[in-house]
Amino acid sequence: MSDTRTISLTLNGAAKTAETDVRVNLADFLRHSLEATGTHVGCEHGVCGACTVIVDGQPVRACLMLAVQADGSTVETVEGLATDGALSDLQAAFSRHHGLQCGFCTPGMLMTLHAFLKEVPNPSETEVREAISGNICRCTGYQGIVAAALDVAASRKGA
Amino acid sequence: MGARLFGASVQRLEDARLVTGRGRYVDDIHPAGVVHAAFVRSSLAHGLIQSIDTSVARTMPGVLAVYVMSDFAAFASGPLPQLAPHPLIQGPITYEPLASGEVRHVGEAIAMVLATSRAEAEDAAERINLDIEPLPVAADLAHALDPDAPKARSERADNRLATLKTAFGDVAGTFARADHVLKETFTVHRGGCHSMETRGVIATFDADDRRLEMWTSSQSPYLVRRNLASYFGLDESAVRVRAPDVGGGFGPKAAVYPEEAAVALAAMMTGKPVKWIEDRSEHFLATTQQRDQIWELEVAASNDGRLLGVRGRCLHDNGAYAPYGAILPATALGSFPGPYALEALDISIDIVLTNLVPTTPVRGASRPSVAFVLERLADRVARHLGLPREEIRRRSFIRVEQMPYVTGTKARDGSPISYDSGDYTAALNLVLDKIDADGFAARRAEAASRGKLLGLGLASCVEDTGLGPFEGATVRVSSRGRVIVTTGAASQGQGHQTTLAQIAADALGVSLENVSVEAADSGKFPLGISTIASRVAVTAGSSVELAAQQVRRKALKTASHLLEAAEDDLEIENGVVFVKGASDVKVTLATLAQSLAGTAGMRLPGGIEPDLAATAYFESTALTFAHGSNACEVEVDPETGDVRITRYVVAHDCGRLINPLIVDGQIRGGVIHGIGNALYERMIHDDQGQPLTATYADYLLPMASEMPNIEIYHLESPSPRNPLGVKGAGEGGTIPAAACVISAIEDAIGPGGTFLRHHPISFEEVAGLIDTRTI
Ligand code: FES
Ligand code: FES
Repeated sequence: MSDTRTISLTLNGAAKTAETDVRVNLADFLRHSLEATGTHVGCEHGVCGACTVIVDGQPVRACLMLAVQADGSTVETVEGLATDGALSDLQAAFSRHHGLQCGFCTPGMLMTLHAFLKEVPNPSETEVREAISGNICRCTGYQGIVAAALDVAASRKGA
Repeated sequence: MGARLFGASVQRLEDARLVTGRGRYVDDIHPAGVVHAAFVRSSLAHGLIQSIDTSVARTMPGVLAVYVMSDFAAFASGPLPQLAPHPLIQGPITYEPLASGEVRHVGEAIAMVLATSRAEAEDAAERINLDIEPLPVAADLAHALDPDAPKARSERADNRLATLKTAFGDVAGTFARADHVLKETFTVHRGGCHSMETRGVIATFDADDRRLEMWTSSQSPYLVRRNLASYFGLDESAVRVRAPDVGGGFGPKAAVYPEEAAVALAAMMTGKPVKWIEDRSEHFLATTQQRDQIWELEVAASNDGRLLGVRGRCLHDNGAYAPYGAILPATALGSFPGPYALEALDISIDIVLTNLVPTTPVRGASRPSVAFVLERLADRVARHLGLPREEIRRRSFIRVEQMPYVTGTKARDGSPISYDSGDYTAALNLVLDKIDADGFAARRAEAASRGKLLGLGLASCVEDTGLGPFEGATVRVSSRGRVIVTTGAASQGQGHQTTLAQIAADALGVSLENVSVEAADSGKFPLGISTIASRVAVTAGSSVELAAQQVRRKALKTASHLLEAAEDDLEIENGVVFVKGASDVKVTLATLAQSLAGTAGMRLPGGIEPDLAATAYFESTALTFAHGSNACEVEVDPETGDVRITRYVVAHDCGRLINPLIVDGQIRGGVIHGIGNALYERMIHDDQGQPLTATYADYLLPMASEMPNIEIYHLESPSPRNPLGVKGAGEGGTIPAAACVISAIEDAIGPGGTFLRHHPISFEEVAGLIDTRTI
């Protein structure tokens, strides 16, 4: 009785194809069918932002999107941020500013800010805080995350 | 050799994995052939199960099995063992893995479905029909001890689980002689846990060896092992429990849960690996919560503003089960007298059963509640006497020259509590200085000119940390010269991998990158207690130090034999032992480890015992006390009641800091947690025990857009009670935070306004308070 489809998408630059139940959301598809477990699921109702990934350039909540809707798309996840084993500037700044503790919200935070800093390369602190106002972190109090984003913006500008 | 890494803000070793998506949380682990569990839960807060019809569910696609409690009879029956037995609690007041008779809160697990996918398991779970006869519900803490109150558990005579007491001094005399006695009632509210990773567990069972293996998102893998081994009648050696990466704990993940037992039982029944990942709505319904308490207190004070005594009673909502014994209310008793040099104290706590989710320690346990009531009382006295709030504190605090200070109360093991070190007035003065309290009047006037009300809040606390008895550690040098630290202490984001590595690296003269920390796996380290109560730096940290120093001595002894040099002439740096002043006479730690690993037919060097390793269990026999003062400014919009925290400053003393970056992170996260308690987090139940705020649309958590930056200043009063001089730091941010914010809101409303007696406070309430005040 379950209805399945074959989904093909580009995940962090690599072509992927897998079959899935039509009701499976993109987060579960990435995690379980494509074994890309870097994307996390914190609420499954679109509030915590842990599942944030970038689909065709736009940040989306992967728990609110069906895998079938991502068929043919280009998907970026936390696994795609580092290049050749070198952390991205944002990843490195998260570590430097202690922007993560348990690390569970971190993939969603990174992807949200990755997209945001492309759009707003020179944000104010208030803008950074607004940008992540849909991502819950229970550990850090947000300050290190905000500092990391501002630091990256400043050093990209100087570069 | 002086400390090089201890005290440095080194970046965490954990981070590279976690920022690249290579963390390994329970749901990232997929044993071959794993099947998925879903639970059917009670929709009533109190009732008697009449029947459970699983016939349709069993035929659903993908379903392997459907279980109710009686199906487990071959392996287990009855309630789980009491985790922390308390002499006053007649029990066990614990869950069965699946409820079989009476259900006592909404969300209690009753039946379990196993299927090839979680979705199929949930589909089938929906087709299970429960017939539950409703019973009267005890959901109102204030009236749960009334003679005609509904009983939360029908087998008991009433809802009083136990009464805990603490007292010292001449209470009647102190209150009779006092110039002023004021009486107040305070309420603090239960929030939830809300670690971003929910609970989760995987179990496998080897029927031939009768070996159970589990991964669980837990703060207490060794308690899970002890509890389940005892329940199943297995030897602990046949049960391996691991906590992999855990996405936040904050207390509730320290309990052992019925789902952990049920998943293990399902693995025993089927022989297949079984996984269950809690979803967020289950987290709202079945993960233990914070604290609903009602405090009726009297404070005795002198004309000059000294707090002399506190007496009164607390009603503590325990919920329907006591998986954790009386630990949560007991931490309230242990939090008195806070930083105050009271002459007399008399507190009793009635632990009350209700048909709600159990309350267990959440970040600070009952310490934030006690800080709230004590700080409110101090502010109340200030208001009554017309004295500045800080003056009450300066005149009432325990003074630095009184250290060690015997408080008069008793620790959990019955020993007298004494504060070890710390200058409480210095912390208060520091925080007032840093927030520029002297300039506050001008800032308030400026805000008033913009139509806003500015308030200054103040709160102080003392925190018992380093709870005994121990977390142990083994330090071993591998044949390649890597230093491997193994400990039972689990991590949920505190950065132990880094701090423990800093300690070991210093002792052994290696770089941080050459140290690995393996933790929370009962297959790798024999014993462990739990990552709770801000105890791991003291317990595991000290054990790593002791073990690493033993390894150092053993390395030097072996090297002295191999290099034919006196031990005193040797030094270790960068993994090499060399003769001081003759650095080409040297041997690597790797070679030393190899020589102590033995070669067939050869003698060990110098008759030294094999294995370049040592194990230590530092026993923390007395608590060590962190303390701090917080100050904040809030700006209140008098029209809407909107409260914005514009500054938040912390002066904190947790002894010597192993890694300031990590300590600051703990404090910041902790303060934000407390701000959530003050302003946002509401776990509301109706009079039938039905949760009304069980999604993140209704239950608000602190978000980045509303939160201030937290400015932190450290004082360091080293603890004399452990070899590192450290004190715990995991909860000190949370403990005074709600009290500080509420005090600021009250100050913003002004001296003629209402004295605030509860948290959380909503913006609507604040607006109402401003409307009714007389300006
Ligand atoms: S899991 Fe998607 S927003 Fe929380
Ligand atoms: S680091 Fe734990 S939730 Fe953000």
